[in-house]
Amino acid sequence: MTSKASWPLYEVFVRGKRGLNHVHVGSLHAPDAELALRNARDVYTRRNEGVSIWVVPAEAITASSPDEKDPFFEPSGDKVYRHPTFYAIPDDVPHL
Amino acid sequence: MSFDNAYESLLEGDQDAHWAFGTGFHESLAGVDRALPSTVDTAELAAYCLMLGDDALILSQRLAQWCSRAPELEEDVALANIALDLLGQARLLLARAGEAEGRGRDEDALAYLRDEGEFRNVHLVEADCGDDFAATIAQLLVFSTYRLALFTRLAGSADPVVAAIAAKGVKELAYHRDHAAQWVLRLGDGTDYSRERMLAGLARVWPFVEELFAPHRIELGLAEAGVAVDPAELRSEVDGVLDTVLSAAGLTRPEARPLATVAGRAGRDGVHTEAMGYLLAEMQHIARSLPGAVW
Amino acid sequence: MSKPESEGQSPESARGELSPQDRFDRMVAADSRIEPRDWMPDGYRKTLIRQIAQHAHSEIIGMQPEGNWITRAPSLRRKAILLAKVQDEAGHGLYLYAATETLGVDRSELTENLINGRQKYSSIFNYPTLTFADVGVIGWLVDGAAICNQVPLCRTSYGPYARAMIRICKEESFHQRQGYELLMTMMSGTQAQRDLVQESVNRWWWPALMMFGPPDAESSNTEQSMAWRIKRDTNDELRQKFVNMSMPQAEKLGVTFPDPELRWNAERGQYDFGQPDWAEFWRVVGGDGPCNRQRIAHRRKAHEDGAWVREAASAHAAKARAAATVGEVAS
Repeated sequence: MTSKASWPLYEVFVRGKRGLNHVHVGSLHAPDAELALRNARDVYTRRNEGVSIWVVPAEAITASSPDEKDPFFEPSGDKVYRHPTFYAIPDDVPHL
Repeated sequence: MSFDNAYESLLEGDQDAHWAFGTGFHESLAGVDRALPSTVDTAELAAYCLMLGDDALILSQRLAQWCSRAPELEEDVALANIALDLLGQARLLLARAGEAEGRGRDEDALAYLRDEGEFRNVHLVEADCGDDFAATIAQLLVFSTYRLALFTRLAGSADPVVAAIAAKGVKELAYHRDHAAQWVLRLGDGTDYSRERMLAGLARVWPFVEELFAPHRIELGLAEAGVAVDPAELRSEVDGVLDTVLSAAGLTRPEARPLATVAGRAGRDGVHTEAMGYLLAEMQHIARSLPGAVW
Repeated sequence: MSKPESEGQSPESARGELSPQDRFDRMVAADSRIEPRDWMPDGYRKTLIRQIAQHAHSEIIGMQPEGNWITRAPSLRRKAILLAKVQDEAGHGLYLYAATETLGVDRSELTENLINGRQKYSSIFNYPTLTFADVGVIGWLVDGAAICNQVPLCRTSYGPYARAMIRICKEESFHQRQGYELLMTMMSGTQAQRDLVQESVNRWWWPALMMFGPPDAESSNTEQSMAWRIKRDTNDELRQKFVNMSMPQAEKLGVTFPDPELRWNAERGQYDFGQPDWAEFWRVVGGDGPCNRQRIAHRRKAHEDGAWVREAASAHAAKARAAATVGEVAS
């Protein structure tokens, strides 16, 4: 039995090209952050998919709970005034 | 969902466009002048490209033996990447050897139809480490350190193709060396058992180190012409890197005397270890058993 | 974007008091995705773990029959292609293990389940690869059958599984094509090569049809899995689609399938075909296929041989953490 020696899980985020956010692409196991970064390079960017990688220990992530969904996310659902399309501008106004 | 082409349906709506997915592959030697330099003996250039190409081909074959056997899936993927890089280097170099030779042999003719005595790789790469991960890592550390030092210099070779292959290879080899060093560090520093295994692995490959720096007549001649590098020049840099890695891992160089040559001849002359014949038998037998076949 | 929560018309939903089960059912029915921290029925979780783990194990065991030919590939281009393909399979197994881990099972536990025979993998990999043509036929027929199974799973109800499948299917798009391309090349070569291709097709055709699982009438899990949208088509539907897809490809290639009942049925607009030997299928599933023991022994050896390496890396990481803590205290 070797389960006690199993490596921790890391979450991998890849920046596809300059100007884009890092996006979560998956997870992997590694003994430490340095190897996690190298493993991520081999596992998740072997098809030229990225220019930058973040790895984060999965246990270091604090996530919102689905039960909190309403108080967490509903309040922003009706604030349509944050979106540019909320404002009616005549078609003939240039550059807006 | 269309089944006429299962892949088309993957692109429907492209909901995962935010996923970084690979594009922008390029021909690695695009734009490089392939004309043979008029200042060198083309037979010697061919022989030199075989030395460089065979080193990569044979170690790639050894690393590929790990596929599905690595200590963890992530390492399986990593070793396959390194093997693929080396195979890529081998193909470019064998193709160049074929051009320089001018006898119409392509990469496959050179890889599959030469006999053992015509292979010019060093003994280090043909060593069969079997399922000994520490020995494989030791082999990779020594080889990638040596080859990185070599390719860094070859990037300025008077043969534009060798120079371009080396320039591309430098980035790959830097990663290979780092990968090996990371593992030497972990195995050397990890547990008492892993330290023993790492020391044993180093001891297993160390007798092959000397050969890397013993200049061959062809290397010396082409070094004069600015095409090749005298490997003796690499020794101090390589020793320095290896000492740094070993000391970070709390290890010292193994006491291992170099192997004697056979009447002064070794891998670069086509005189190999017994392991080589088995490797070639496995690698070549399908290609040779179907004459005239196309793949 | 569907918002199943807000579509409900019942008084409960108006007050946002749906039971977890109702919320789950509506989410699935609306083709939305279930995510790891959502409430889900136990049966759904168990079925998913079984299915994704089995899929992951198939990728990992599937490395062996093809990996068998990497060191013997007859051209350097084919060697590179095959190594990259088998490497992809390691990656795919890895993505799928990660998806399973979001359901609360550790990879090491899944590996133990595989090497102890508690979880299965696709039976196709219990057949031997005997010639290099098998590399092509596996790409064409076995990967082709796998794709029929997998493409619908890109829309499966469990988010991490669906996302893993999208990545896998995209990467697999080269697997089937390289197989077919290899076979086309071989068919354009010598008679000996053409014979190898046909012989290989003859051996793999029936096992490929078995990949879709037993006939619907004998398949125990289909109905519930379809309702949960873990499975999107029945075994027989997928098998029929696969035959329909493969026939024109075989004709172009110039090979035949070893099934005397195989013919176009104009009335149905589909091909009629014979049934595989289901008795053989059940023997292979039961552990007595030509390579079952060999495949598991190989995986077990790799896992056990690697234990000291994994432990060493963990030990080094622990030492490095301890040293860093001491450093913080000291500074």
